[in-house]
Amino acid sequence: MTETKLNFNRRGLIAAAAGGAAALAAPAVLRGAAQAAAGPITLLNVSYDPTRELYKAINAAFIRYWKSRTGQDLVINQSHGGSGAQARSVIDGLEADVVTLALAYDIDAIADRGLITPNWQSRLPDNSTPYTSTIVFLVRKGNPQHIRDWGDLIKPGVQVITANPKTSGGARWNLLAAYSWALKQPGGNANTAKAYIANLYKHVPVLDSGSRGSTTTFAERGIGDVLLAWENEAYLSQAEFPGKFDIVFPSISVLAEPPVAVVDKNVDKHGTRAVSEAYLNFLYSPLAQDIIAQNHYRARNGQTIAKYEANFPKLQLTSVDADFGGWRKAQATFFADGGLFDQIYKPS
Amino acid sequence: MALTLSLPRLREPSVLPGFWPALGFTVAYLSLIVLIPLAALIARPWEHGLADFWRTVTDSRVLAALRLSFGAAFIASLVNLVMGLITAWALVRYDFPGRRLLDAMVDVPFALPTAVAGIALATLYAPNGWIGALLAPLGVKVAYTPLGVLVALIAVGLPFIVRSVQPVLQDLDAEIEEAALTLGAGRWRRIRTVVLPAVAPALVTGFSLAFARAVGEYGSVIFIAGNMPLRSEIAPLLIVIKLSQFDYAGAAAVGLAMLVLSFAALLVINIGQALLLRRGR
Repeated sequence: MTETKLNFNRRGLIAAAAGGAAALAAPAVLRGAAQAAAGPITLLNVSYDPTRELYKAINAAFIRYWKSRTGQDLVINQSHGGSGAQARSVIDGLEADVVTLALAYDIDAIADRGLITPNWQSRLPDNSTPYTSTIVFLVRKGNPQHIRDWGDLIKPGVQVITANPKTSGGARWNLLAAYSWALKQPGGNANTAKAYIANLYKHVPVLDSGSRGSTTTFAERGIGDVLLAWENEAYLSQAEFPGKFDIVFPSISVLAEPPVAVVDKNVDKHGTRAVSEAYLNFLYSPLAQDIIAQNHYRARNGQTIAKYEANFPKLQLTSVDADFGGWRKAQATFFADGGLFDQIYKPS
Repeated sequence: MALTLSLPRLREPSVLPGFWPALGFTVAYLSLIVLIPLAALIARPWEHGLADFWRTVTDSRVLAALRLSFGAAFIASLVNLVMGLITAWALVRYDFPGRRLLDAMVDVPFALPTAVAGIALATLYAPNGWIGALLAPLGVKVAYTPLGVLVALIAVGLPFIVRSVQPVLQDLDAEIEEAALTLGAGRWRRIRTVVLPAVAPALVTGFSLAFARAVGEYGSVIFIAGNMPLRSEIAPLLIVIKLSQFDYAGAAAVGLAMLVLSFAALLVINIGQALLLRRGR
């Protein structure tokens, strides 16, 4: 469910082809001139599925902040979709100034194509992740299936809604959370964890391509007993359908770290490096951290964490870097072609 | 079509002027719109070698997706062949209140963004939807099953049949049928020997259009299919999935497999149509 994307480059090309040779240089020149002159600066933030509301609030705050500091008007466009698909759009030429994706692997993929410098993750504090989140259960009101923890998801008759981990960043976090729970059970090892995952996905009737799609399937189509959801998505659904859902916090989940990065090639081309870097640094400011916590993401800032402590139950969280050897390794083991997710769908 | 191609001759012995501009325009336009993109698709899957290409397209998941895409497209087009003919027949031969409105509505699937059609169908056929709720007690699940894929493909394919057959039916003089009637032909025989032979080529055209559209259909299907590997995952979705993993070669390999299969299917249909036309003469 990708929203309309503003692809200036491609649009420029089409205009050039239609207008003939005389018009060839015009769109590029015009855009450069518009950026340099007094007109508003335009930033494009390419993000993953569930952050629409978060960045709407952040953008409004940053536009005010930037105006008061520099007097410049700013327009920030947002694009949302499955994290992997968004990364691919950027690789294929969507001229994002900043990317704010669901997991580091997707930004690594952009960096591998030379659009972002390889050391991007060390450029900002906390591994370039200004907030964290985790995976929780959203169940129907009153929890009729008595779902308390991961083990309850494979009870007979329980249907689980999650997105396709091949296309959805959130769904990859879901699978890793489930896997780390299975690993930590008595007698748990790689084989039992794999068996649990295979069993779990037998309880999944629909695989949407993004987390927002799964939320729709669960909340609006009424499919399934439990939705594996981003913590913020769970709260959002509760707010949107009051009295219809309960949130269940499992005993173990995963520490999801959605990172952010400036797309070096694009900001240098647009002349927007300063404002793009300021935008990402702004995410770590107390003001933005407050917005982050209000949108049910887990803040990094100590004071903000203390302020909103009651909203975020403490969970045992596994981390991809410590428990799975980093995203590149996790991607190869679990999600690449022939990885664990493919293996559990082989016909037996 | 394919059978009637003669050897290419560069100078057309036509008295009408404008051969060269017409040829230049056609070649340039087709190159930009069809040939260059196709060439790019054909060039792409080989970066990891022939063996890798073969492994990709013979993977059980890819085969299941191709089977579903082509199988469902074929069945949906067959269903539309019958229902579309009846619809076109009713719209041409009978006058009833609201006929023009109904006639216009046949085109709606053309005009509707496919995603809208898909979401509407998913909403209706989900177990809590209007139609899904009626079917659920009977144990029939449509949304999020292969049956859902079929429903979506039937919905997008219908106008192709109706619009192909309708003008032919309109041109078919009712007098011929009346003559058949006076000669003692029964109702079924009139349809079989008078109407069907006349509309058969148009039916085949409509079938191939609907089939081609259904094979490549993505937007309307993914919302209602459930997208489960090996069960309700269509081939175009597999291409999108491979792309999101940055597996461009794999995506192009599935695309090329679809292209070859579609080409083969359309070739068979066109040969069938050429035979029909020849027999009709």
